[in-house]
Amino acid sequence: MTLATATKRSANGASARRGADHGAWFLVLPALIPILVLSVGPLLYGITLAFTDSQSGRTEPTEWIGLLNFQDLLHDTLFWDSFRIGLLWAVGVTVPQFLLALGLALLLNQNLRFRWLARSLAIIPWAMPEVVVGIMWRLVYNPDAGVLNETLSDLGLGDGRDWLTGLSTALPAVIVVGIWAGMPQTTVALLAGLQNTPRELHEAAEMDGAGAWRRFRTVTWPALKPVALAITALNFIWNFNSFALVYVLTNGGPGGRTRLPMLFAYEEAFRYGQFGYAAAMGCVMVAVISVILAFYLAGRLRGGDEK
Amino acid sequence: MSTTRTSKPARAGQYLALLGYLVFLAFPFLWLISTAFKPPRELASLHPTWIPKDPTLANFRQAFDEQPLLRAAGNSLIAAVCAALIAVAIATPMAYVMARHRTLLARAATGWVVVSQAFPFVLVIIPLFLVLKNLGQINSLPGLIMVYVVWSLPFALWMLVGYVRAVPTELEEAAAVDGAGKLRTLVSVTAPLLAPGIVATVLFAFITAWNEFFFALVLLKTPEKQTLPVVLTHFIGAEGAADLGPLAAAAFLATLPSLVIFAVIQKRITGGMLTGAVKS
Repeated sequence: MTLATATKRSANGASARRGADHGAWFLVLPALIPILVLSVGPLLYGITLAFTDSQSGRTEPTEWIGLLNFQDLLHDTLFWDSFRIGLLWAVGVTVPQFLLALGLALLLNQNLRFRWLARSLAIIPWAMPEVVVGIMWRLVYNPDAGVLNETLSDLGLGDGRDWLTGLSTALPAVIVVGIWAGMPQTTVALLAGLQNTPRELHEAAEMDGAGAWRRFRTVTWPALKPVALAITALNFIWNFNSFALVYVLTNGGPGGRTRLPMLFAYEEAFRYGQFGYAAAMGCVMVAVISVILAFYLAGRLRGGDEK
Repeated sequence: MSTTRTSKPARAGQYLALLGYLVFLAFPFLWLISTAFKPPRELASLHPTWIPKDPTLANFRQAFDEQPLLRAAGNSLIAAVCAALIAVAIATPMAYVMARHRTLLARAATGWVVVSQAFPFVLVIIPLFLVLKNLGQINSLPGLIMVYVVWSLPFALWMLVGYVRAVPTELEEAAAVDGAGKLRTLVSVTAPLLAPGIVATVLFAFITAWNEFFFALVLLKTPEKQTLPVVLTHFIGAEGAADLGPLAAAAFLATLPSLVIFAVIQKRITGGMLTGAVKS
């Protein structure tokens, strides 16, 4: 339908289109100005800050220092530690979350009883403030009064552990919370993709005697792939940039084992006042994310050609 | 309405998996509620129970005593309502253009919506912090509202574009044939059909602003100005020690508004995401 209207519009000739453009400008301006002033502008300003020695409470004027911040970053092992942790966290959350959400979406697409209950429950993590999600899981992980240790000891699975402060358990523990918190969006997006799969194809495949796995591989997955790719790329980016959840759960501890890049940059900027340095960190994060986005777009374009 | 036949063991497996999901999704939240209603003696017990034996509201009272929760909720309410209304008011006309016209501008806007999802917020908040500081808008709700408006624009546009696309262009064309002008068509034909989608977007924008933490943490310095999520973190002491009961009670209360709104608009949001995901 969009295609039809587009062709119709172009057939109307140049004058009609220019008229539409005038109307468009008038309609777009109220949103465009704040976007330029409060989003695009600060972003560009932020990038230029990365090349300065901007600091909070500095009395002398800020100076242009070229690539010095980036050179410092290169040798900042703490930053690369946090970068590595950020990647571990982003992959550790995104991949299992995708698989779990795919399973849940497939289940919710079936004619099961109590499906409505799962649908309603799946909404809870979505509606909750991240701060509350963090607080809630702190209560679950609590070494003395938490439900996790109590359940584990009831099952005879060892003594209580201090999950969020243990050096080896902290990162896995926050990753589980990340998976939990992002389940709904992923599930809903995948469910939307599933419901977009032509049912006739399923029936035809079944008539041909295709088993469940074969049907999934040949019918469901090809139809689901664009949505799956999009939601996975977005999830990865959101996770890599996330802040509130881990800030509340561990504040980067123990010993920096869960210090995501955003937590590191936040501390540099707003605890130590190193605005220029923190901006340089942001630039490096953007660069990495751009590469991932480029891969995603390339994959998506190839997927589009197949159609 | 599944048409594929499933064998009995497979069905059983599906129900088992569903049960697993139900437990995983529900148990942290049930634990939060349970903790919120437990008296101190039960919270200190070595063997915590799921259901409080002696449920009490004392934690809620103590939570209000310890932190300025009411004022924080008021701040959150003002910030979220203003941000949601302004964001959707300016996003709706733009979403209309993005959905209906294929101009360079519309395409650039769509590009911005996608790219803006990839910014690490720190790269935007440092310059904003500096600018707002120069304008004397640090520690002020109007400053925060401005940031929230722009921050909620991408998904507001995303949802609204989906809703506009769901309004058939034939209706607008029919009105044009009947001699209605562009504005008239928009106001009397398109707007009423869009209204439910606009309401859903406002509510969703409200929830995201109500839940937002990072910008509020950076921009709001004094307790009188802080929003609910920031005040909630004050319950967690410097060493991570916390009074579990009041913490749970306050956290539970902070979630209620978004949970209620979400329950009401759930179908519309998933519907909006559905059209967005399918059409993009």
